[in-house]
Amino acid sequence: MTDDILRMRGITKTFPGVKALQDVNLSVRRGEIHAICGENGAGKSTLMKVLSGVYPHGSYDGEISFDGDPCRFSDIRDSEHRGIVIIHQELALCPQLSIAENIFLGNERASRGLIDWNRTNHEAGELLRRVGLRENPVTPVADIGVGKQQLVEIAKALSKKVRLLILDEPTAALNDEDSAHLLDLLRGLREQGITCVIISHKLNEIAAIADSISILRDGRMIETLDMKADQVTEDRIIAGMVGRDLEHRFPPHEPNIGEEALRIEDWTVHSPTQRGRAVVSGANLTLRRGEIVGLAGLMGAGRTELAMSVFGRSYGTGISGRVYRDGRLVEIRSVRDAIRHGIAYATEDRKRYGLNLIEDIKRNVSAAELSKLARRGWINENEEYRVADEFRKSMNIKAPSVLSVTGKLSGGNQQKVVLSKWIFTDADVLILDEPTRGIDVGAKYEIYSIINRLADEGKAVLVISSELPELLGLCDRIYALSAGRVTGEVSREDATQERLMHYMTKGQE
Amino acid sequence: MSSISPANADVAPGGKDTGPVRPPGRTSVFGISFNVRQSGIYIAFALIVVLFSVLTDGALLQPQNISNIIVQNSYILILSIGMILIIIAGHIDLSVGSVVAVTGAIAAVLMVNYGIPWPLALLITLVAGGVIGAWQGFWIAYYGIPAFIVTLAGMLLFRALTLTVLGNQGIGPFPDPVRTLANGFTDGYLGNIGLGPLGGADLFSLLLGIVAVAGMAAAQWRTRAARLRYHQSVDPLPLFLLKIVAGAVVVIAVVVQLARFKNLPWVLVLLAFLVLGYSLLTSRAVFGRRIYAIGGNLQAAVLSGVKVKSVVFWIFVNMGVLAALAGVIFAGRLNQAGPTAGNAFELDAIAAAFIGGAAVQGGVGKVVGAITGGLIMGVINNGMSLIGAPSERVMLVKGAVLLAAVAFDVWTKRRAGTAGQ
Repeated sequence: MTDDILRMRGITKTFPGVKALQDVNLSVRRGEIHAICGENGAGKSTLMKVLSGVYPHGSYDGEISFDGDPCRFSDIRDSEHRGIVIIHQELALCPQLSIAENIFLGNERASRGLIDWNRTNHEAGELLRRVGLRENPVTPVADIGVGKQQLVEIAKALSKKVRLLILDEPTAALNDEDSAHLLDLLRGLREQGITCVIISHKLNEIAAIADSISILRDGRMIETLDMKADQVTEDRIIAGMVGRDLEHRFPPHEPNIGEEALRIEDWTVHSPTQRGRAVVSGANLTLRRGEIVGLAGLMGAGRTELAMSVFGRSYGTGISGRVYRDGRLVEIRSVRDAIRHGIAYATEDRKRYGLNLIEDIKRNVSAAELSKLARRGWINENEEYRVADEFRKSMNIKAPSVLSVTGKLSGGNQQKVVLSKWIFTDADVLILDEPTRGIDVGAKYEIYSIINRLADEGKAVLVISSELPELLGLCDRIYALSAGRVTGEVSREDATQERLMHYMTKGQE
Repeated sequence: MSSISPANADVAPGGKDTGPVRPPGRTSVFGISFNVRQSGIYIAFALIVVLFSVLTDGALLQPQNISNIIVQNSYILILSIGMILIIIAGHIDLSVGSVVAVTGAIAAVLMVNYGIPWPLALLITLVAGGVIGAWQGFWIAYYGIPAFIVTLAGMLLFRALTLTVLGNQGIGPFPDPVRTLANGFTDGYLGNIGLGPLGGADLFSLLLGIVAVAGMAAAQWRTRAARLRYHQSVDPLPLFLLKIVAGAVVVIAVVVQLARFKNLPWVLVLLAFLVLGYSLLTSRAVFGRRIYAIGGNLQAAVLSGVKVKSVVFWIFVNMGVLAALAGVIFAGRLNQAGPTAGNAFELDAIAAAFIGGAAVQGGVGKVVGAITGGLIMGVINNGMSLIGAPSERVMLVKGAVLLAAVAFDVWTKRRAGTAGQ
């Protein structure tokens, strides 16, 4: 029972001013799938970076032994040489290169300095078969979806004779179908004797796939559970992660639904890159004041595209349809028009599209509605400070002051800054795209509370989410989107995961 | 897996809520907390001035030499004001040297060949600069060609235009008022005043300096008072006063030296207004804030309702106008518009901006920083020529300073843990 392939003992890693890991022990048995859970900032990624040599030996305290031998990796090549391969959350592929070129990047099939293309493509083909990806090895990576790119990463790991595969949030960007395929693949790898360490926020996946699970909290290892022996449930994992029992993952909420706030009729959007392809076709949606409405859909169903096209035509071409605000037909041609009509859109990827990460909280909060703080083009910076500081308090943004740079905040606090920014525009309709993605459990609860509060203030909220339990727990009504069409609408009472999934997959080939 | 950079470390390896209360990038010396990244440049400037004062046995700070440094670098400083806005927005302008040449040529043709009154000719030249900026701004903002390419093309186009206009020869001389603006000094309206051992000095210049210092101090005081009313943290009073006094001493010292020589150079007065105006624009105006937003995160700016195209267009128009102003002053100083005018000015202006603390990725930078960066290079040029260093060594030192400044910037950012975002 103690055939451990990996042992980490007393790992302590400090960053200036912060102990990221404190005396962490981790044992991984040979051939198992070992999940590592913890809130954001708990130290999961740091631990994996220590293991894979991203943080070289000497920059941390503690011992690592792999297969019984002590390891002192000075960089990532060292660890890969031993068969430890890490796949990061943000995929490290070159989009313009082919699948085969990516697989053998840095590890080229070459003889006498020249690349042997036949061997490269042939071996790539075999690896693709092993991961169940039916694509031509010469296809550029940019031409395949994120789910398939993830498989290419795994094929790349296999090409390096991987023995311990580390996956950091592998399904974060995948839809349910691709996630399921990936998890199947990991089971297959387990049968081939490859040990996996998987970091994930998706507890249902962990419950489904992991053999054991280690829980980190605040840089310390809390416990390691054997999934079969310990009868581990999702609530059990959450309790370990947050250090307290979360009786409810969603704050209670009594909706008080009023007049119609936004109506979208016959909304059709075409892809800007592929001519003539409708990304959204004939969609009809209604949001009422005080109502939280969900928008469910698989990846590629057109949820974000729908939201962004409504938000001042930020996405798409050939947009047609009608938008009514408070019952009046309005014309929204730009983001400014949208803001003027009281519509806000908090983006899915807050780092890339939502925040100016090098600026402070204050300047991010005011960014979408500077005119409220300015007279004749000159900003009243003291007012700006006061407004931002009020948001810092009311939204519970954890930062020393509003002069803190947003790039250094945690995901949950960044999201609160984004929400503050849009609340400051006095929007009556808030479209929140994946508002809790990459946010830890405790902060999610806070975001849900904020959303409830917004609804109580009479705002209409549209929540786009890939996590069905979130929609079920939060929304008063849920629309399902499939291949660009609204395929169903269910009320809170009638909504179940199965029913939504049925609508979400309707009409797909 | 080479794409994994340790600098891009964990977003927040825990404990971000319990971290030190001091904002990032600040260091404490003798209990006084200050921002290394922003203050470093001024400290470096002070050290360079001290170094060359010693090396030149004080010749660097002689009245006439200070005047020379200002007049000789005025056009680079003007260009660097426009350049810093462009760099903050995440763009670049390689064409300013050629624009200086072509606008100088236009001014010369208008004033010398056509005998148009100089104020009108100056106005037309500035408009021409604006049109040139609009041309480049159009391709960059509305057509979507990278500024590097558009302005590289502009560098060739406007040099070609200069040669066409001038027919490969210089045009001059310029009317007196233009030469005065470029090279001349304020009149001694109020006569001289004795300063004891320092000898006589121009009273008007001194008064102007005192008024400027008093104005700045009053403005700082009002800002501080307003912040206190809003319960914001401010520098403790002794530090605040120390900063004001230090600033005042430097300004007054420079003014006294200039007053002892030949009064204030007109370009210095012009520069003072430009620096003041553009500093306010970048720090207090909505338009200025938009520039930082665009450079900091273009996508987020678009989705926050910033009219990105229009802002980018106008900062290039602005650059064109400032380049035209620099063009007239440069031509006025040489008293002729020549075909090689403004050669490599773009490089000096860009270097000034980066030495002055602008970030290569955009989103960061200050007008005063760019001016200081320009002055650092000016002092190096001047100081080294005073000690008789050959030009290749001057170039060597300037290159090293540029590299060191940007390396320092990258280093402080990496230490603060925000690099590579």
